[in-house]
Amino acid sequence: MKGQPLSRRGEGRISEGWSAKMAMAVAVAVARVWRPSRGLGRTGLPLLRLLGARGLARFHPHRWQQQQHFSSLDDKPQFPGASAEFIDKLEFIQPNVISGIPIYRVMDRQGQIINPSEDPHLPQEKVLKFYKSMTLLNTMDRILYESQRQGRISFYMTNYGEEGTHVGSAAALDDTDLVFGQYREAGVLMYRDYPLELFMAQCYGNVSDLGKGRQMPVHYGCRERHFVTISSPLATQIPQAVGAAYAAKRANANRVVICYFGEGAASEGDAHAGFNFAATLECPIIFFCRNNGYAISTPTSEQYRGDGIAARGPGYGILSIRVDGNDVFAVYNATKEARRRAVAENQPFLIEAMTYRIGHHSTSDDSSAYRSVDEVNYWDKQDHPISRLRHHLQSRGWWDDEQEKAWRKQSRKKMSGPSSFISEEGYWVPASEVCLRPCTYSKCSVMEAFEQAERKLKPNPSLIFSDVYQEMPAQLRKQQESLARHLQTYGEHYPLDHFEK
Amino acid sequence: MAAVAAFAGWLLRLRAAGADGPWRRLCGAGLSRGFLQSASAYGAAAQRRQVAHFTFQPDPEPVEYGQTQKMNLFQAVTSALDNSLAKDPTAVIFGEDVAFGGVFRCTVGLRDKYGKDRVFNTPLCEQGIVGFGIGIAVTGATAIAEIQFADYIFPAFDQIVNEAAKYRYRSGDLFNCGSLTIRSPWGCVGHGALYHSQSPEAFFAHCPGIKVVVPRSPFQAKGLLLSCIEDKNPCIFFEPKILYRAAVEQVPVEPYNIPLSQAEVIQEGSDVTLVAWGTQVHVIREVAAMAQEKLGVSCEVIDLRTILPWDVDTVCKSVIKTGRLLVSHEAPLTGGFASEISSTVQADPLECRGSLRPSREGA
Repeated sequence: MKGQPLSRRGEGRISEGWSAKMAMAVAVAVARVWRPSRGLGRTGLPLLRLLGARGLARFHPHRWQQQQHFSSLDDKPQFPGASAEFIDKLEFIQPNVISGIPIYRVMDRQGQIINPSEDPHLPQEKVLKFYKSMTLLNTMDRILYESQRQGRISFYMTNYGEEGTHVGSAAALDDTDLVFGQYREAGVLMYRDYPLELFMAQCYGNVSDLGKGRQMPVHYGCRERHFVTISSPLATQIPQAVGAAYAAKRANANRVVICYFGEGAASEGDAHAGFNFAATLECPIIFFCRNNGYAISTPTSEQYRGDGIAARGPGYGILSIRVDGNDVFAVYNATKEARRRAVAENQPFLIEAMTYRIGHHSTSDDSSAYRSVDEVNYWDKQDHPISRLRHHLQSRGWWDDEQEKAWRKQSRKKMSGPSSFISEEGYWVPASEVCLRPCTYSKCSVMEAFEQAERKLKPNPSLIFSDVYQEMPAQLRKQQESLARHLQTYGEHYPLDHFEK
Repeated sequence: MAAVAAFAGWLLRLRAAGADGPWRRLCGAGLSRGFLQSASAYGAAAQRRQVAHFTFQPDPEPVEYGQTQKMNLFQAVTSALDNSLAKDPTAVIFGEDVAFGGVFRCTVGLRDKYGKDRVFNTPLCEQGIVGFGIGIAVTGATAIAEIQFADYIFPAFDQIVNEAAKYRYRSGDLFNCGSLTIRSPWGCVGHGALYHSQSPEAFFAHCPGIKVVVPRSPFQAKGLLLSCIEDKNPCIFFEPKILYRAAVEQVPVEPYNIPLSQAEVIQEGSDVTLVAWGTQVHVIREVAAMAQEKLGVSCEVIDLRTILPWDVDTVCKSVIKTGRLLVSHEAPLTGGFASEISSTVQADPLECRGSLRPSREGA
């Protein structure tokens, strides 16, 4: 039965040798005869130790020993499960949701630094990179969303409104810090210079896709950029990230692992598992929760009743903070400090970045069914990470309307030179050749990458069977051969021209 | 003193009377008062507990792997784990209660020998254990996870099927968790009832991307476990718990490998092929002996060893020879792994025959 303390632990102990048991029983009997009232007593204890029967250790006779000499004046709790004082007043702790954990921010909604001592004083080049990454992501999102609407790709998820959470956190990490994401963290890859060609290749599932066309769009992955391939099940990455952090700790790698997830995924059992393991096993990990207000149509009021995700951290023994996710500097500062301490102290950190999902959940969703256009417009117009940063840049004189116009044109315009790292024939190019080439935004554009991706073939159907195991087992080889024979006979019924031979 | 002697004498008589049930409870709780009367006082109704019978049949001592030592199954597992941790500095062992030695003694002594960062307890959470193990394996380190009973593997089913099994495939081989091995006590023990006796291999057999292995003996267990740990794919290693103590054999001290996906023909025969894995192998060996003696039937006995990917060729070759197949397993009949074996063998006799043709390269 559930709840019975012995029900799951009986097995290993039941089959103890009977002689040990008998010795123990005799000893207990002896001790009881000599000291019937007060447990084992002073004579009982050495007698038990003398007999050395194996099961005796589990008796903890010394605890009985301690409890013998109690005094009512000085009585502290002895429970192994909690370190706390007694209280004689019956009182339930009230969860504080009216005024929850405060939200750390550096800039106000107009992009002005509120407290100068919190200004990270980043160089202009770095802050411009923040801005360009966020806007390029935004441009790519708009084009790919549109392409799904036109039937060119099957599915897409935008990142509107959350660009600040991606870029601010990615910028605070080392390039080799391992990233486990959920599905709405493309800006992290963008910041790490993942080429537009490869974003597109994955969405189109063409021969250039490093994932070999096997997954739905936006399930990116890149080994060279230490971004673990996205999977659809939610929160599964959380305990995995903890394991990776443990391995990094053991290897003395001085790396942190960052794990992104939404406030909805935080309801999964895997999230609870991950938090608890990270704390008990002392792992250098940053849990980064993007609380964007919705899990598809489910608002936060239906997702949790407590004070969000940040309030759960202390329950696990995890240092936690809540930040304004639309303030890229706040996200940067919090992640930077969390990283420094996670690596130095081998403990987890929880950052809950409050933001808003401006776009629909995905191309399969129409959010007007469950929220008002006014609500969405507020966030789009009044509190957007990109505009707040732009105002900040402009107030510093690092950006102006002219540059804005030029950059918008550049990021969309047709390219003048060839993109030589995807071969013209459309053959799949190994990751090592593609990934490491730096992507200079002035040369490539979203539209050009898009058009190139469209023209490419899909991977060979025989790739359906490889990588299931490291080596292909006999049954899968038979299935692969069976498909090949089928296509030889019935190939005209399949769009084989779109697939690589 | 006289009281003590009398009491000790009473305890001895109680044991001699064979009252196992009350005796066990007495010992377990350390009660000094025996208020239970001896079994004979209750009459014939209070019988000695009946359990299912099988006889472990050890294999001959292996000679090709060097010095051997008498080990039972859990000691063979400990030996394999010891060899792994010695050879591979990244290897770690974790799960519920593994630190003190494990509820089945499989990890005794390893924490002291290799350190608390390599052999450690986790919180009580199977989905966390497997997820954590996947994460370790993603970085390239060797992760050996223990699930305390196969009956409790289900919270980890999503991590195993949706994540571990698909890691390499879905990433286009950019990432994998091949260095993950999950070990778990498996199968009937007699008194385990619903939740300490399950054989869930059929659930996992339906999942391409993982390997599922069940040994029949200490010697097999050590070699197969070492192969699982070294295999570049996530593996689940089910250890028949009834054999932990009951199976004793000479097992090599040094590491050795028994290949995965290779069934073993333990006994050759001509009239019928008997296939089993784990504990049931010993049962059907007895069946084969009985069939020979009582019916004059010559049985070919096959230990499947690896459930996924299973050795179709060996089974098919045997069935083509004998013309008859019997598969025996502990798990429920409907949807049990026997259905996969029998359907593959029967689906198309040519296909079965075809599996014996040399495989063609490429598609």
